[in-house]
Order: sequence, then C-alpha cells, then structure tokens
Amino acid sequence: MNTQVTLAGVTLKNPVMTASGTFGSGMEYSEFVDLNKLGAVVTKGVANVPWPGNPTPRVAEVYGGMLNAIGLQNPGIDVFLERDIPFLGQYDTKVIVNVCGRTVEDYVEVVERLGEERTAAMLEINVSCPNVKEGAIAFGQKADALYHITAEVKKHAKQPIIMKLSPNVTDIGEMARAAEAAGADALSLINTITGMKIDIHRRQFVLANRTGGMSGPAIKPIAVRMVYQAAQATKLPIIGMGGIASADDAIEFLLAGASAVSVGAMNFVDPCITEKVVKGIEEYMERYQVEDIRDLIGAVHE
Amino acid sequence: MKRKEEARVLSQREIAPQIFDMWIATDLAREAEPGQFIAVYPRDKSTLLPRPISVCEADRERGALRIVYRVAGQGTREFSGLRENDRIAVMGVLGNGYPLEKLRGKRVFLMGGGIGIPPLLELARRLEGEKRIIVGYRDGNLFLREDLAAHGTVYVATEDGSEGTRGNVLDAVAANRLEADVICACGPMPMLRAVKAYAAEKGMEAYISLEERMACGVGACLGCVVKTKETDRHSHVNNARICTDGPVFEAKEVEIG
Repeated sequence: MNTQVTLAGVTLKNPVMTASGTFGSGMEYSEFVDLNKLGAVVTKGVANVPWPGNPTPRVAEVYGGMLNAIGLQNPGIDVFLERDIPFLGQYDTKVIVNVCGRTVEDYVEVVERLGEERTAAMLEINVSCPNVKEGAIAFGQKADALYHITAEVKKHAKQPIIMKLSPNVTDIGEMARAAEAAGADALSLINTITGMKIDIHRRQFVLANRTGGMSGPAIKPIAVRMVYQAAQATKLPIIGMGGIASADDAIEFLLAGASAVSVGAMNFVDPCITEKVVKGIEEYMERYQVEDIRDLIGAVHE
Repeated sequence: MKRKEEARVLSQREIAPQIFDMWIATDLAREAEPGQFIAVYPRDKSTLLPRPISVCEADRERGALRIVYRVAGQGTREFSGLRENDRIAVMGVLGNGYPLEKLRGKRVFLMGGGIGIPPLLELARRLEGEKRIIVGYRDGNLFLREDLAAHGTVYVATEDGSEGTRGNVLDAVAANRLEADVICACGPMPMLRAVKAYAAEKGMEAYISLEERMACGVGACLGCVVKTKETDRHSHVNNARICTDGPVFEAKEVEIG
C-alpha cells in the first residue's frame, strides 16, 4: 500500500499535516504525537520581526467550532531559526514554514532568510489571516493583489511555495487561477472564515478584535466545496483543510481533489488526532483495497 | 508527562447553588501540584473545546482528583449531570502551579474569591508553616470553608455581609489585622488587581493565578496570553501563555491593569 504523496516535487510519507497556527512549531504537541508519523508539520506563521498579536479574549467557542483572533503573534524569524527549526530538524517529517508579513518586503525578507534552510521543505505564504489589519488577507482577497505577491515571493523563494487561500472571497476559482498564473507551486485552503460572536448578557463582542476566524467541524462542508472548486480551476496540487476531525473527513478532502490535508482546530480537542487520521486513512485503504493513495485524489464521481 | 485520558467519576454533589464538587479517578492525581489545572472535555460535539478547571485536591495514593467548579455554560452544565462511574475525558496536568519552594519558611496569605477558592485547598494541604486562609464569597454559601479549616485559620468575607467581614478578602485582612510575608491568590480579575496593588504597597511578594479563554491548553495556540512587564522568554514579545507559563504569575510581572 502506498500512502506517499508528492507536492511540487516534495514527497511526504503520508498526506497528513498540521494546519498552521494550531500546532505551534510542534514542540508542545510532541508530548502527545510522534511527529515522525506525520506527513508534514506546518509551523505557526512567522514574520521578519516579533509580532505581539491581538488583545485578549482571542478565542471563543461557537457551535461545532471556534473563533480565533490571535493576530499572528510570533517571535520573529531569528528565534524561529535558532529554536524551532533545529527542533523540527530532529524528526523524520517534512517541515513547511508558514510565512506572514505586513508588506511584500516583509514576506520577501522571511522567504530569503529561509532560503538556505534545508529543514524547511516548502514555504506556505499566509495571505489569508483575517485577524490583522495590514498585510495577510489584504493580499488574499483580490486576484490582482494575490498575483502580485505570489510573483514577488516566487522570485525570491528557494523552496516551492504554497499560497494559503482565504475562503472570504466570492470566487475561489479566480483566486486559485491568479496564484497559479503567478507561479505558485501549490495551494492550501481554506483559512478560517470571518465570524463574530456577541455576548448577549453583557451586550459586548466576545473577542477583543470583534471578528475572528472560524474553524472546526462546522466549516467542513464549505471547505470541501472550495477545495473541489479550486481543484477544478487549476492543475496545482492542493492541501485541503477546514474542520477535519477524522480520517473520514480527510478522505472526503482527497476525493474532492486535495493531494494532502491539514488538521487544525481539532488538535485542541484531541491532541493525538493527527496520528489517528494517518492510521484511519490506512484502514480505509485496506477496507476499499486502495493500493495507492493517489488513486483517491479527485476521485469523486461526476 | 501531559496526557489525555478517560477518567471515571467517583462522586459528585452540588455544594452551593451551581457549584459542583466532583471526584474523579485518574492517574493524573499522582502528578498534580497545587495551582495546576486539568482540561475537561464535554462529550457534546457542539462544544468542542476543553474547559480548564483547577485542581482542588489530589489524593495521590488513591489516584483521585477533586475538582470544584461553577456551572457557567453548556460544557460545565454537562459535567454537572455526571454520576458515579460515568466517564469523562481529561487532559493534564497543565500549568505551573504555586511556587512551593519560594513559600517555605514564610508567613503566607492564601486568598481566594468565589470560584477561585478551590485551588487553595490543595495549596493549604501541601503548604507547611504559618498560613492564613482568607476567602471571599458573594453570600452565605461558604463552600469548602470546612475543608480549608482543617489546614489553617480561615477568615471569611462576604459581599452581602451575611458571614464574616462585609466586603472582600482585603477587607477581611484589615478587619482581622492580619500580616504575612507572601500572598497566594486566585479569584476574579478585580480581586487580583486589588491584591497586586496591596502587595505592591506593602512590599510583599504575591503569586496570583490568572484565567483567560483557552483553546489548546498546552501552549500551542497562543489564545490565552497575559501582558507581561518584561519580554517573555518563549514568545519574545510582552505576552506570556497563561496555560503553560502560568496560570500562576508573580503579580509584579504581569500587566493586569
């Protein structure tokens, strides 16, 4: 049985990764999960300098999911290279570094700093965080802006680049095509969906940021639909995510056209879930006598 | 070593209106330190995130952990319906706890307000030496008072004046002319701000336990941070993670307004 998938020339032992921002740099979850068992670890977004993030409350529970407005708090690329990269380098898994910035120059600086870093197999460019005022989603909601930043990053990147797309757009296919035209090597989607929660007793916003990104099982059907649409619109390999809570959910994304999947908010519910998804996919393949996982990618019948 | 496991409910009772006292059988009890907490998971999948609940008492020999919590929403309401032998998923043990070694040989105030009182019981049990336990309640429902009294002198304050000193824990300190070298406190934010100011004024050390809305509980998501005076060693910004760097902080190190 083959569970390996290849994304833009990078081969993963299986298609299961962690969604950026839900897994830190793997250190915290390494007490629960054998990182060697994962296809890849996708790290929390890192910028050129430390970012303090948003005021609290930063998280709220909603029906079947959660909202977050962390605001991309991160220690900056220097600390990331000194501390997190060597930690992840000890494991037999691929490392995908999520990169954030306020300006094109910020992104390029981080991408260049990572250029000689062999532990970083791919770079995921975050142009879809809904919780920061400058940068991030400002690049991810208009096709021409997405084209521009993709092209700029691609010029400087040594590793393959994955553009992480926002679901907060009218036509995901148009965004996928813009990234492809600008030279992206892969796509990942969906980032969180912008939401809001109001405390009716205090008549206040629950999150200090007022809005936050929604994740968790409740968003899965939207994510599956968008992955399918993006897969129809481009030839790029896609990392699908949004509410994955089981191997069954992961397989749904593969069938919709994803070549790999990421588990996000559900890490908070079950810190061991990523390994369970890996195992569950193998069980599904045995049950349906699937010899090669690649036969599942986009295999939903028309 | 942190882990998630299915614990068995040993007993549960309501000890004051909406305040529940539950003992669970779990090996986590053998590692629990005062001031630490566990993550408790609702079964209902519409409420996904674990609820952080402090360790009230840890019986290491029996492998039993006691949590005392207030029903504050759907998750805790679900917990309150559990009966003997029911199963409940928990993860832990989380957080740093009170710095027992720094308290040794000192006169200690243990200050608790409302649902911040439960962690003081394990602290009182484990702390040797001179301690004054000062607890503030809304009204005359003095949950855990008898348990605490077994480990030190208890002074009570109530907001409605029905028992002890009318007012808060600091009013009880003044009314009883109490003195100490160091404060360990847990309670609502206005109380913790007052404790911080009081400690600063008296030149006392104070260790306060904070809470914030949490998601992962293990330091990965950066949901539950508190502003810190100095740049935090992990985050490299002025934010520490309450779930892992705390929940207990030295009061002068955190900016709580």
